[in-house]
Amino acid sequence: MKAGHVARLDNMSGNSSADGPQDSQLVVPGDNLGNLGRFEAGHGVLIKNDTLLATKNGKLIIKNDVLTIEPSHTTYIPRPSDLVIGYVEGCTNNIWFIDIGAPFNAILPMSLGPSKASFGSTRKVLDIGEAILCRVQEVEETHSSVVTMKGMGLRKINTGSIDEIDPHLIGYLKINNNVLLKEIKEETDCRIITTDNGRIWIDGNVSGITLARNKLNLISENYHNLIDGGNK
Amino acid sequence: MGGYGDIQMIDENGIRMDGRTATQVRPISIETGVVPVADGSCRMTWGSNDVIVAIYGPMEAHPRKIQRQDRAVLDVRYNMAPFSTSDRIRPGFNRRSREISKVTADALESVVLLELYPRSKIRVEIEVLCAEAGTRCVGLTAASVALADAGIPMTDLVVSVASGKVNDVVVCDLNKEEDNYGEADLPMGVLPNSGELVFLQMDGDLSPEEFQIAWDYNVQAASEIHKIMVDALRRGGAN
Repeated sequence: MKAGHVARLDNMSGNSSADGPQDSQLVVPGDNLGNLGRFEAGHGVLIKNDTLLATKNGKLIIKNDVLTIEPSHTTYIPRPSDLVIGYVEGCTNNIWFIDIGAPFNAILPMSLGPSKASFGSTRKVLDIGEAILCRVQEVEETHSSVVTMKGMGLRKINTGSIDEIDPHLIGYLKINNNVLLKEIKEETDCRIITTDNGRIWIDGNVSGITLARNKLNLISENYHNLIDGGNK
Repeated sequence: MGGYGDIQMIDENGIRMDGRTATQVRPISIETGVVPVADGSCRMTWGSNDVIVAIYGPMEAHPRKIQRQDRAVLDVRYNMAPFSTSDRIRPGFNRRSREISKVTADALESVVLLELYPRSKIRVEIEVLCAEAGTRCVGLTAASVALADAGIPMTDLVVSVASGKVNDVVVCDLNKEEDNYGEADLPMGVLPNSGELVFLQMDGDLSPEEFQIAWDYNVQAASEIHKIMVDALRRGGAN
């Protein structure tokens, strides 16, 4: 997290949005981003009385006259077909409850679990606290979701380490055809799998895993500065 | 309100005991991201008040009976640390903290887009480390910054500030002596961008004219405090 920057009245940063919205401008909830006619509302922008209002704290992105806010912090909201890493939180005779980092636990029915599972033996196959690589199959209107382990590469995670970053940073790791991720993989000699809920599986030797985690933490902490550097 | 009106707290030049004029607020500083394990957090010092707010969630609401099918619920807990005042406070919830938690939740519900997270809960923990006067205002203002830091969608920030009457003079942002021995206290929560009112309480008596002056002082102070809040969030977001 980002601590150590104290704002006082005699110590202001002087960032103003008086000239209308600008690309890469930092916005806070309630900021007026102009009228509806000129721009359209994207993620994190609300239309109120034909005025566009920021609803999140983050960076404003203007693309094709659409205003979107890249938030400084996000909560994972599951969508169908998302690849996620989850932890088993509980189980019944035929269902596992999986923590996928969303507001609600997902369920993994026995029929969508590992093939060797049978009625009453769920805990022998996947025990509480174990990590799995799975895919979101279905999301209900109430945000409850169902995950599946039927699919290529979906399995229980037995080795390596799982790190966690903000879900919106995953997209940044994958820009330019995974260039950043490939760089980390080559430097650390580790196998790295990124998932949509912000969890990253790093598998390799201990020194490689430590190095990869440090690099990912560095990217997570300096994300906004790196984006700025790229824009200049 | 102690009601000891004979104690002189403002001199003939309109200068208060701590050297401020009637419209000045105490020094304020805000820092975001102070609780690394929380989804969002904020530390706010306002005069001698020192408050930390941590946000957790959205998460599944427990017990299930508190779940709302169409929106999230805000679970606000305002608590004063036992060492926050010169007289030790008995730890735990009491009537005052329940009341402040309730009014803070009501004020925040008017800006947080709760309908985006049905059946879930957003936990807002307000911990007062050092109390001087106006801790409910500090708690509400800091909670609004912490919610924004946590990435919770909101239509505006909430700024809360109190004015009151001391020795028959309306003053802004009461300190401890003015709060204890003054004649009235008017805490308000306003939305700085739209000017809407989301929180209002009054203790003591104010004439309609005095009420209007206190109102104006609060709105003016809210605009100054909003700048500090925005600056704190921008500094936090830039890292």
